[in-house]
Order: sequence, then C-alpha cells, then structure tokens
Amino acid sequence: MGISKTYDEINHRIAKGEAVVVTAEEIVPMVEEQGVKEVAKRVDVVTTGTLGAMCSSGAFLNFGHGDPPIKMSKIWLNDVPAYGGIAAVDAYLGATEGSERNGAMYGGAHVIEDLVGGKKVHLRAYGKTTDCYPNKGVDGYIDLESINEAILFNPRNVYQNYTAATNSSGKTLHTYMGSLLPKFGNATYSTSGLLSPLLNDPEYRTIGIGTPIFIGGTRGYVAWYGTQHNSSADRGENGVPMGPAGTLSLIGDLKEMNGEYLRAAVFHNYGPTIFLGVGIPIPILDEEMVKYTSVRDRDIYTSLVDFGVQRRSRPIAARVNYEELKSGEIFVDGRSIPTAPLSSFYKARQIAQELKEWIQEGSFSLNPPVERLPGDKFVNPLKLEEG
Amino acid sequence: MKKLRFILEFPPECSDKPLTYHLVKDYDIKINILRGTISAGKEGKLLVEFEALEENLEGGRKFLESEGIRLVPIDRQVVLEKEKCIHCGACTAVCFTGALILSQTDWQLLFEPDKCVACQLCVEACPLNLITVSF
Repeated sequence: MGISKTYDEINHRIAKGEAVVVTAEEIVPMVEEQGVKEVAKRVDVVTTGTLGAMCSSGAFLNFGHGDPPIKMSKIWLNDVPAYGGIAAVDAYLGATEGSERNGAMYGGAHVIEDLVGGKKVHLRAYGKTTDCYPNKGVDGYIDLESINEAILFNPRNVYQNYTAATNSSGKTLHTYMGSLLPKFGNATYSTSGLLSPLLNDPEYRTIGIGTPIFIGGTRGYVAWYGTQHNSSADRGENGVPMGPAGTLSLIGDLKEMNGEYLRAAVFHNYGPTIFLGVGIPIPILDEEMVKYTSVRDRDIYTSLVDFGVQRRSRPIAARVNYEELKSGEIFVDGRSIPTAPLSSFYKARQIAQELKEWIQEGSFSLNPPVERLPGDKFVNPLKLEEG
Repeated sequence: MKKLRFILEFPPECSDKPLTYHLVKDYDIKINILRGTISAGKEGKLLVEFEALEENLEGGRKFLESEGIRLVPIDRQVVLEKEKCIHCGACTAVCFTGALILSQTDWQLLFEPDKCVACQLCVEACPLNLITVSF
C-alpha cells in the first residue's frame, strides 16, 4: 500500500505544531538515506524558494478620493508613469516602467521599493473634468500608509526553469540575463535549481490557482497561471521541463511586504526590474510528491542559448544541468565557460527556511488548488497582420 | 619572495619620472602593471603588483613615498555596500579575475581584493548599483 495523506490531515498536524517540514534542499539527502516511502510517511510539507529578477511585476494602487474629486487619467509617481485607465483613483504601476527623468536608473520597481521602505512618493495626476470629477490635477506626496490599497499583482513570475545565456559575438552584451562577455566569456543562469518552486512540482499537482505562497515576506496567493505559461515544453523522463515552461501570476498585499525580499534593480542598458522573493509550500500527499520534491540539481537540465544571435529564436549552444551551472564552470565543445547565477541562492535558502518556520509554528496552513494549472498550453509568437 | 598589489597615485609633477626603472634596478622588484591611466604633466594612477624580497619591497615603497607617490591598497578603492547585497551573483559573471566569487557553501558574495584589477566591469553588472570603483 502506498502512503497517502490529505490536506486536512496535514493542516491538522500544522495546527497542532506537529508538522514535519523540510526544505527542497534538505529532502534530497533524506531520500538518499531513508528512501522514498519512509520520507513520504515522515514528511508533511516541503518548502521551496527563489529570489530573482521578475520583470512582469507591478502594483495596483488606490490613492483615495480628494475633495473636490478627480478622475486621474495621467499619473506619475516620482516621475514614473503609472497606468490610470482604470476608474478614478486606481492605477497600475509596472516594475519595468522607467522614470521620465532618469529611466535608465530609476523605475516603477524603485517606487515600489520606496513605498515598501516607508518613503514618501511624489504623486502627480491629471484628468479630464466631468460633472462628478471636477478637479483636473493633483500634486503632492503619498506613502504606503496613506493610500487605501497597494496590491502587488504580477502577471508572470516564478518561471519553471529558464534558459542559460552566453555570447558568441565579439562584443559585450548587456541583457536581462546580465552582462555577457564576448566570445563565450561567461554564461549566466537564473533559477534556484533544486529549490525552485515549480521544478519541485513539475506536473502542477499541488501548485495551482489559489495556492498560498510566501511573496515579498508575507502570505499571498497564486492568482492564475502566468502569462507565457508554456506547460507543453519538452520534459525529461522525470517530468521536469528542460527549458522555460510553466509560469504563475501572483498576488499579495504590498503593505505587508518587506525590503528583505523585494528589491529594485537595474540591468545595465536594459532598465529597471524587480528582485522578488517567492516561496511555495508543497504538501507531501504521497510518494510521487517525494520523488518530485527530491529533484537534484543534476536532474534539472536547461539550454545554453547564444545571445550573440539577436533574434527571437536564438541558437542553443549546449544542454547543461544545474549541478554543472552551479559549479562555476561548464564545458561546451571542449571550451571552458565560467558561469554565474542571477538569482540569489542565498536568499532562496532563506525564504525556504522562513516559510518552513511559519508552517512549523502553525501560522501558515495549506489548501488544495481551487483549479489546476493548464497542462497543455504553449507560447505563441507575435502574429502581426497588415491592416 | 612576497607579492603586493596596490594603486600608485601620481601627482602631476611625478608623472614623467622613470620610477619603474629605479624600482627594478635599485630594489630588484618584479613589476606587473595591471592597469594604468597616466600621461606626462597630469596626475595618474597605476595598478601594480610588486614581487620581491620583503626588505626590497619596503625599500621600494619608501622610495616611491619620498617621490610624492601615494600607495593605496586596492580594497580601499573598491567599495561594495555589502549590507545591501542580495548575493545574486551578477557581478561574479563579469569578474574574469575571480576577485568577486560566490561561496560554494553559503552562496554569499566574497571579495578578494588581491585578485582585483579595478576593471570596473562589476560596477555596471551589479543590478543593485552597490559597487563603486575609484580609479
């Protein structure tokens, strides 16, 4: 008979402070020593973590109504344009939007970081006057306390695997995969490997719509599957995708987040982005979930892509695994290429550990997905028709 | 034999003197110039590695100081705001000398000034803009 546990049984143990929780890194030697069945019996939850650049992020803000009221349509926060085409005092501030004064160094991500850090932010807004909204402009300062809601709502985060990048060309390239030195001078990669949330639940059995998560230091949720969710990506025999695959749309209360796990960043010659910390708990419902969560870096493969070819479909220079990438050096066609991460494994560990403590303390319970993520989606290119 | 790496800061009046000649001939110092910005009549900087017997290194150092040249340890010229660092590793991607590396055990960023050549590639590579290099 196989081991089988329900969410209710696991939550009961969490509530009593008796749940056995380990990180996705700690479970690997446990399975090697005790076997899958024993670990399935003993462990209730495995925690994951990642902290990397998550460009497709932003915040919905509601500023509250002034007197006389205004229907804001053009909005700037510290000179960063926010989208005002939703109701009167709602806005969406995208992380990668650049400031109109210094867009190369400061953007929406920095405004979000400033808000989380308790700083005052300069709000300017204009709108057409209407009978119900007679005011046409406001100019002043707000902070996270003074506004009604600040909801971090990210259309695409936590990529399930991602390509590694290198550069065959003769010049340094500054990309969202960092600075790539000429003539295969380096290679960069950006997932936390064996700690990465969706790599520990490759078939989306437990991570789905409504899954509670750690986001930016607080509890949030998986809102939907993410944009460019590519669940049809090629997979290895272990079910793990070998390139960019599933994605998640995430939601959380910005007012509860902290700067330890949310940091504004700039990639040179690319622009602003945000480093966001996310952790997802995975219930050990049965032995299959032990097999999934005990995935090792050497079991996770990705493609090394040549950014020296500046097209949508870039050539693949090699197929590599995360044990090789994390060693600091890979070999491609007999050539040694130094490797470096872009997502913080140090922080990923910290997040998985913190989430583990929340569950152990009984302050974070689990629930099954309201709906599972689609397993048959793929990504379309831009299809432009002549008008 | 001992190795020392530092930046020599030349005031304008020293930038046309054959100082390396004296260091080699008088103090038997093996000099490796790693990086330099200097031209006659202007102030300049030279990143150097000296290799010699300890007493010769000391003699060479005193000679340079008597000529009005400042010897600045490289770790004073590279400032990393470590308390704000998230240890993402982006700077290590461009650090071809291995001065910036991630620990393979706790994955925190380590800086080894002795390997730094002040190339400044890390300045642009750090997504959090935490590194400044004065050269």
